[in-house]
Amino acid sequence: MEKYAVYVPRLIPKKENLAPGHRACIGCGEALALRQAFKAIGNNVIVVNATGCMEIFTSQLPLTSWRLPWIHTLFENAAAVASGIEAGYKAMRRKGVPLPENTKVVAIGGDGATSDIGLQAISGALERGHDFTYICFDNEAYMNTGIQRSSATPFGAVTTTSPAGKKSFGQFSWKKNMPEIAAAHNIPYVATATHGYPFDLMAKVKRAVNTPGPTYVHILAVCPTGWRSATDTVNRQSRLAVETGIFPLYEVIDGEYKMSLDLPRLRPVQDYLKGQGRFRHLSDDLIAQIQRRVKLEYKKLTEKAKDGTGRAKSKG
Amino acid sequence: MAKSDNELTWKDLEIGGIVVAPGSASQYESGTWRSQRPTYDFKKCIKCGICALFCPEGCIGPNEEGHFEANLFYCKGCGICARECWPRVITMVEEVE
Amino acid sequence: MTTRVGIEVSIALADAVKLANPDVVAAYPITPQTHIVEHLADLVANGELDAEYIPVESEHSAMSACLGSAAAGARTFTATASQGLALMNEVVYVAPAMRLPIVMAVANRALSSPLSIWCDHSDMMSVRDTGWVQIISENGQQAVDNTICAFRIAEDRRVLLPVMVHLDGFSLTHVIEPITFPAQEEVDKFLPRNNFPLPLDPDNPVAMGDFAPPFIFTEMKWAQEMALRDSKKVVLEVWDEFARTFGRAYHPVEKYHSDGAKVVLMTMGSVGETASVAIDEMRAEGQNVGQVRLRLWRPFPFEELRQALAGAEVIIVLDRAISFGGPGGPLASEVKAALYDQPDKPKIVSFVGALGGRDITVSGFKEIINQGIEIARTGSAREYEIYGVRE
Repeated sequence: MEKYAVYVPRLIPKKENLAPGHRACIGCGEALALRQAFKAIGNNVIVVNATGCMEIFTSQLPLTSWRLPWIHTLFENAAAVASGIEAGYKAMRRKGVPLPENTKVVAIGGDGATSDIGLQAISGALERGHDFTYICFDNEAYMNTGIQRSSATPFGAVTTTSPAGKKSFGQFSWKKNMPEIAAAHNIPYVATATHGYPFDLMAKVKRAVNTPGPTYVHILAVCPTGWRSATDTVNRQSRLAVETGIFPLYEVIDGEYKMSLDLPRLRPVQDYLKGQGRFRHLSDDLIAQIQRRVKLEYKKLTEKAKDGTGRAKSKG
Repeated sequence: MAKSDNELTWKDLEIGGIVVAPGSASQYESGTWRSQRPTYDFKKCIKCGICALFCPEGCIGPNEEGHFEANLFYCKGCGICARECWPRVITMVEEVE
Repeated sequence: MTTRVGIEVSIALADAVKLANPDVVAAYPITPQTHIVEHLADLVANGELDAEYIPVESEHSAMSACLGSAAAGARTFTATASQGLALMNEVVYVAPAMRLPIVMAVANRALSSPLSIWCDHSDMMSVRDTGWVQIISENGQQAVDNTICAFRIAEDRRVLLPVMVHLDGFSLTHVIEPITFPAQEEVDKFLPRNNFPLPLDPDNPVAMGDFAPPFIFTEMKWAQEMALRDSKKVVLEVWDEFARTFGRAYHPVEKYHSDGAKVVLMTMGSVGETASVAIDEMRAEGQNVGQVRLRLWRPFPFEELRQALAGAEVIIVLDRAISFGGPGGPLASEVKAALYDQPDKPKIVSFVGALGGRDITVSGFKEIINQGIEIARTGSAREYEIYGVRE
C-alpha cells in the first residue's frame, strides 16, 4: 500500500494559520478558500485584512484566530495599509533593521471592499507597483452586514438591497469585472480561482505571492447563507460557476491571457442558477439574457487567450 | 488564572488592543453550532486527505490509524466532507441532544 | 553644525523632517501644504533623505499607508490640510486608538464650502476629539522645533500616540522666516531609533485591529484616554530636554504680560504674534492687558491654563473657527469649561474672526480687546461675537 500512502492533499502543510474555532457560518466557502490560500502562502507573511466576513469571524477581542501577523483597520484601505507596510519594511531593511528575509505582504478583502469602496486604494497600490498581493474573496454581496448588493453581485441575484418584487427583478447591473480592472493596471500577474478547484487556487496564490511587484487574485467564494444554497454544496456551486462559464478560471501573466481550463462546451447557466435561492425568482427570459451574456463574455475572454493578449485582433 | 471577558480591566489590555496570543480564538467550541455530525465507515477510507482539504474549519486530521476524522469540538456539521469524500466513507446524521 | 537661515517655513519643516530621518513619507498634495511634500520628494530624489516616498492617490490612503508603516515599526510622516484632513477623518480616529506613532503636519486651512485655500482653524477643530497629541506652532522656528519634538513624543514607549503639528496655512507655510536648524548629529542624539514594542513581524505574530463588542469597548477607549492624558508629562519632559539641548524653551501655555493683567487676550497660532504687538501698544497707553497663547491643544493643559488665567477679570478668546449653531468659538468653549468651577470666574468673551484667511491687523486686535472689555461690562444677548463681518 506504500505507493498509495502519499496523496497530494497530504503534501499540503499541516499548520493551520487560520485556527479552527472561528465563527464563520456553517459551510462557509470563504473560510474554506481562505484556509486553502494560506496553505499556499506559508508563515513568512503579513496579512492586511479589510473589514468584512473574514475579519469579523476571526478577530473578536480579546482573541484572534490568526497565527500570522495580522492587521485590520478600516473597510476600504487594505491596499493602502499594505502599501505602507511594504514601504516600511523596504526602508527599514535598507537602514539595516534586522527583519526576516523575503516577507510577503498580502492584503485580503471581500468583494465590497475590493470592487466598491476599496477600488481607489487598490488602483493606487497597483499603479505604484508595490510588491504585494491583493486577494479578493468574492462572495458576491456585502455578506457580513446582512447580504446587501455590491458591484460584484451578479445580474438578477436577490439581495436585501436589490430585492425582487413587483417592480424589480433583483440586481439590475452586470457583475463588475474586477480581474480585468486589475489587469488594466499592467501588473505582472492576475488570476481567478475558486475553492472547488483547490490545487489550482493554491498554485495561483503561491505564484501571485512569489511574483515580484503587485499581483491580484480573485477568488469566487460560495456563501450558502447569502446565496440560499445547501451548506454541503459549496464546492459543487463553485465548480458549476466555472463549468457554465460564469466564473472562468484564467491567468494574465505579464499581459498574456491563459485559460486554466479547456471547456469545449459550457454547461447551461441554469445548472448553476437552480441550486441557489437567490436566483429562484428568475423568469426564463432573464435566464436567457444571462445565458447570452455569459456566452459573449466567455467568448471575448477566450479570444484574448487565443492570441495571448488583450489587443484587438487585426483584420487579415 | 485567566480572567473571564467581563472581568477584564483596561489595564489588562495590551496597547491598542493588540492580541499577542496567536490562534487564541481556537478555545471557542464551534462544535456547539451543529445540527448534524459526520459518521465514518473507515473500511472504505483510503486516507487521501481530500476531506481535510475541503473542511472550512480546518478541523479534520488523521487519527491514530491514519484515517481522517473531524474534531467534533470544532465541527459545525456543514457536510462538505461527506460530499467530497469519493469513496463515500462519511455519512451525516442528525445530531441528538 | 547648527545653521541659521532665512527660509520658507514649509521648506524648513521638510528639512526638519529630514533631520528626523523618517523611514516612510506617504503624502497627497493639497494647498497650502504642497511645498512641504514637494521638498520632501526632492530630498528623497537627491538621496539626502533615505525614506520610501509613497505618492498616494488620496489623503485617506495617505493616512492608511501611515498606519501600515507605523504598525510595521517604521518612522512615519505625512502632511495635509483642510479637505485632506477631512477626507482622512475616519483614519485619523484609528491611529491613536491603535497606538501608532505617526507625525503629521497640518497646514491649517479653511474647510469648504465655499472652497478656500486660506487659513483658519476649522480643519484643526474637525479633528479635535480624535485622540492625537496636538501642538500648535506660531512661527517658523516653532514649526521646525515642534516637528522634531513630535517624533520623540510620539515614539516614546510611554506615549505611543500620533502627533499633529499645526501651523497656519500661508501665514506660516509660505512666509520666509529666520530659522535656526540644529545639527544632524544633535538631532540623532535627541531622536533615538524608533522602537515600536509590538510591530507586525512574522517572527512574533500579533493581531492588530480586532473588533470590540460592548463588554470591552469602554475599556479600550479608557485605555486610550489614559494614554493621551499621561502623554502630557512626556511632552513637558521632551520640551524640557529640548530647551537644555537646543536652547529654545516651550510651554503648554505661553504667557505674555498676563501675570497681573486684568484683561487677557487668548490666541492660538500665528495671529498671536500680531496680537502681541497690539498688547504692547495698549500697555504703552496704560491699559492693563496681557496675552496668553496656547501651544499644547491636546492633551488640554487645564492646570497651566488655570494658573495663567488666575487673577484675570476678563478673558477674550479669539477663535478662527465656528461651531455652527452652538457656542461659536471652540477654544472659547473649552476655556469656559476649564474655568467654570473656579471660585473667581472671570468673564469670558468669545470672538470668532480671521476666517478663511482674512487677516486681523494690530488695530483690529485693539478693537477686539476694547469691544471685549465693553461686552464683559454690559453683557451680550449673543452667545459669541463675530469680528469683521460686513452686515
